[in-house]
Amino acid sequence: MIDISNNIEDDFLVISLDGEVDASSSIHLDKAIDEAVKNNHKKILVDGSKLSYISSAGLGVFMSYIQDFDSQGIKLILFGLSEKVKNVFQILGLDQLLKICESKEEAKQLF
Amino acid sequence: MNYHFKAPCSKKKLRSIREFISSNLKKHALADVEINMIVLAVDEVCANLIIHSHNCDPEETLELSMLIEDNKRVIFKIIDRGEGFNPLNHKEPSLEEIIQTKKKGGLGLILVKKIMDHIEFKSDSKKNVCILQKNIGI
Repeated sequence: MIDISNNIEDDFLVISLDGEVDASSSIHLDKAIDEAVKNNHKKILVDGSKLSYISSAGLGVFMSYIQDFDSQGIKLILFGLSEKVKNVFQILGLDQLLKICESKEEAKQLF
Repeated sequence: MNYHFKAPCSKKKLRSIREFISSNLKKHALADVEINMIVLAVDEVCANLIIHSHNCDPEETLELSMLIEDNKRVIFKIIDRGEGFNPLNHKEPSLEEIIQTKKKGGLGLILVKKIMDHIEFKSDSKKNVCILQKNIGI
């Protein structure tokens, strides 16, 4: 179960994830990012402070958009991840392919 | 300690499988990050079986058992009666291939291999058994 909400803050799109992203719920994350790309958002922040779990299905969603981000000049930064969720990104070295920050303020400064 | 759980082959049941594993691991004083990694590896194998071997048919079931040997290791046995599938026989894609092809799958088994210390799949005419073993230092 995952609740996803979008919020526009200045020229940032903030996507907040609340719950668990697994093989069952990853489709909702995919839809949210797909819409952000289609709606031409170039500065995307993903608030993972309420994300309690992510499996490979969720990681795969982020991975599948890396090329679109590069070709369309989109920057996506994740922030607020718990230690255990961040660890899942680190196991595969995805923290090198996706930008992960501690806080929203820190993330905003990287744009 | 030995624990058992039976779940229908539905993706919606993955959450209860994870809860079963984490609640039992918590009794054995493991760190949160380590519990999450173990839960993740088993979740990945179960998700693969539910989706690829059972086409998400809730009439079919997975049987999961976990044996926790304190200060030593935890051993999972996942039994199903679907079409035998040994992911170890399939070459896993590289991260570059996954990014280039925009495929959303393929990462699960890489995670399982990185997390678990021993992985085994065996099949006979009646059932398939996946054994996952993780060394733990409590």
